[in-house]
Amino acid sequence: MGEKLLKKEDRIFSNIYNELGWQIDNSLKREDWKNTNEIISKGREWIIDEIKKSELRGRGGAGFPTGLKWSFAPKKLGSRPHYLIINADESEPGTCKDRDILRFEPQKLIEGCLISGFAVNAHTCYIYIRGEYLNEGKRLQEAINQAYEKNFLGKNACGSNWDFDIYIHYGAGAYICGEETALLESLEGNKGQPRLKPPFPALVGLYGCPTIVNNVETVAVVPTILRRGSQWFSSLGKPKNTGTKIFCISGNVNSPCNVEEEMGIPLKELIEKYAGGVIGGWENLQAVIPGGSSMPLLPKKICDTINMDFDSLIAAKSGLGTAGIIVINKDQNIIECMARIAKFYKHESCGQCTPCREGSGWMWRILERLAKGEATYSDIDLLSDVTKQIEGHTICAFGEGSAWPVQGLLRHFRKEIDKKCIGEPIVKKRKNIPYLIDQHLLEKDNA
Amino acid sequence: MKPKKVYEKQPDSFKFSDKNLEIAENILKKYPKERKKSAVMPLLYLVQRQNENWIPLAAMKYIAKYLSIPYISVYEVATFYSMYNLSPVGKYFVQVCTTSPCLLRGANKIVDICKKNISSNQSQVTKNKLCSWTEVECLGACVNAPMMQINESYYEDLDEQDANKIIKSLLEDKPLKSGSYRNRKNTAPENLNNLNGGKIA
Repeated sequence: MGEKLLKKEDRIFSNIYNELGWQIDNSLKREDWKNTNEIISKGREWIIDEIKKSELRGRGGAGFPTGLKWSFAPKKLGSRPHYLIINADESEPGTCKDRDILRFEPQKLIEGCLISGFAVNAHTCYIYIRGEYLNEGKRLQEAINQAYEKNFLGKNACGSNWDFDIYIHYGAGAYICGEETALLESLEGNKGQPRLKPPFPALVGLYGCPTIVNNVETVAVVPTILRRGSQWFSSLGKPKNTGTKIFCISGNVNSPCNVEEEMGIPLKELIEKYAGGVIGGWENLQAVIPGGSSMPLLPKKICDTINMDFDSLIAAKSGLGTAGIIVINKDQNIIECMARIAKFYKHESCGQCTPCREGSGWMWRILERLAKGEATYSDIDLLSDVTKQIEGHTICAFGEGSAWPVQGLLRHFRKEIDKKCIGEPIVKKRKNIPYLIDQHLLEKDNA
Repeated sequence: MKPKKVYEKQPDSFKFSDKNLEIAENILKKYPKERKKSAVMPLLYLVQRQNENWIPLAAMKYIAKYLSIPYISVYEVATFYSMYNLSPVGKYFVQVCTTSPCLLRGANKIVDICKKNISSNQSQVTKNKLCSWTEVECLGACVNAPMMQINESYYEDLDEQDANKIIKSLLEDKPLKSGSYRNRKNTAPENLNNLNGGKIA
C-alpha cells in the first residue's frame, strides 16, 4: 500500500466522468485529432511497429497483442475489401467501461478507428454496439456526424488521402455476440453463433473478407499511444502488461466506480482508494471476481496481495479479462452468487455446441441444489466432471467462460460446499428409479 | 437460451409507414449491395418501433420479402435475440437487471416491487396496457447497480424507495426522469472529494 496513484497527465481518458464535455470542440481541446494526418503519413509499417513496441494487449478479455493482430491482415489490398470491426457489445457481467468511452470520449474512439483502419487497409468500419446501449449509440452517431462535418471522416479523411467510413450496427441482447466470429455472423444478419477457427477473421472474416476485430478501449487508446510514443506507454505498468486500463469496481464496495489506473496496481489499493473499501471493512471480504464473470474468483487470502495485470492473475489461476471487478463480501452466500452466474451462462449459451448448451444447464441446476442445501456428495464430483467436459470441447471460449467460474468455486470454497451437502443421492434410496436420470427431474414440479 | 413465445393473436398484415420505408432505404445503404441480409436486425428494430414495441409474424414475412431472403432467416434471427419482443409489452417496458453485480446490491428487491405493483408474472401486461416487466441479464451498468431499463433509458443507483416511486409513476403514466437516483456524476467514485486531498490523482 501507499504506492503512488496514476498521475493526471498519464491518464488517457480524461473525460470518463464527463466533466469536460463530450462534444467535438471539447475533445479537440483534449488533443484529440491533433496531428492525426502526420501520424498516418508515417505509414502503416511504422504504426503497426509502434503498437507492437508499446506492447498494447487487447482490452476485450483475451489480452491478445494488438500490433500482432493487425500484422495478420494482408499487407496489400487485394480484390476483396478489408474491414475494421469495433466490438462494443459489452455484455460481460461486471464490465461497463466501453459505455463511458462511447458516451464521453467518442472522438478518441473515432480517431482510433481511422488510424487502425488505415493500418489494416480498411476503408469501412462497423461499430457493433449492444442493443441496450441505444442512447450511447445515438450519442456516438452524433459524434460521428460531428467528425464528418470537420472532414475527419469520409473521402480523404483528415487530409490523409485515405477514404474512411464508419457505420453503427446494433446487437439485440445476445452475450455471445461479444465473441468475434459470432459478432461477424450477427453483422451478416444471422443468428450469433460462433464460427470454427481457423480460418481466422484476419483472413476470412466479414463477408469472407479480411477483417480485424478490436475492442472499443483498445482502439480508443491507439491515437494517444502514437502521439506520445510507444516508450511512454510501455513505461507504465510492467513488461508485457503495459499501459493503463479502465477498471470497473462493482458489488459490495462502499463506492462502486469506473477508474483508469496503471496496469499492475494492487487489487487492495484499487478497492480501498477508489471504491471506498469493502462494505464492512477489508476483513469482511469473502472473494473477488477480478475480470468479469467468466474469470475464476479469488478468495481473500489471494486478494490481499494480488496485482491487477494479465500475467499476475494468470499465475493465480484467474485472469484480467475485461477488468470488471466484482467484490463479494461475507454477507453474501458465495454458492448462491455462483449459481446466479451459472444461470447467466445457461441463459446466454447460443446452443450450437452440445457440451455448453447442456452443460451450462447442468451446472446451474447442481449449484441451485447446493445453494438450497439439497445436494449430495456425489453431486460435487458430478459438477467438477461437467466443468471438465465443457472446457476445451466447444467451438468458442464461451465454454471455458462458463466452466471456469465454477472450477474457481470448487478450488477455493470446497469447505463451504461440503458443509452444504447432505448424505447420499436420492436415486439410491428410491430403488425403482432408473440410474441415469438427472435428479432434478424427479423432484417436485421441475420436470 | 430462453424459448420465446409467439403471440396467439396475430395481425393479418404489416407494412412499413412511408417514413419508415425511407429509413429502411437508408439502412440498406450501410451495407454492401449484395449483402442486404445484414439489414435484418436494424429492420426488425424498425418494425418493433412502428408496432408498439413488438414484432408480429406478418412483419417477419414482410421483411423477408423486402430483403428477398427466406422467411425462416428472419424468423430465426427474431427468435434468437432476446431484445425482439414477439408478444405485446406495456407502453412502459421495465427490464430489471438481476445478474450478479446488481444482485449483490439488492436487485431482487426491485423484482419484488415489480411483482407486487405490476404483475406477479413476468411479461404480463397490466390491464390498462401501461406496464409490463421482465428480468434480464447484465445490462452493462454494473457500477451503477442496482438498475433497470425502462424502454430506452437506464434508471441507475436505485434503492427500494426509488424503485417504488418509479414503478408507481409508470402506472400513472407520468414517468419519472431516468439517470442516477443518487445524484451521482456518471460512474465517478462518490467520495471523490476525499480522495487524495480533493483531487483524483
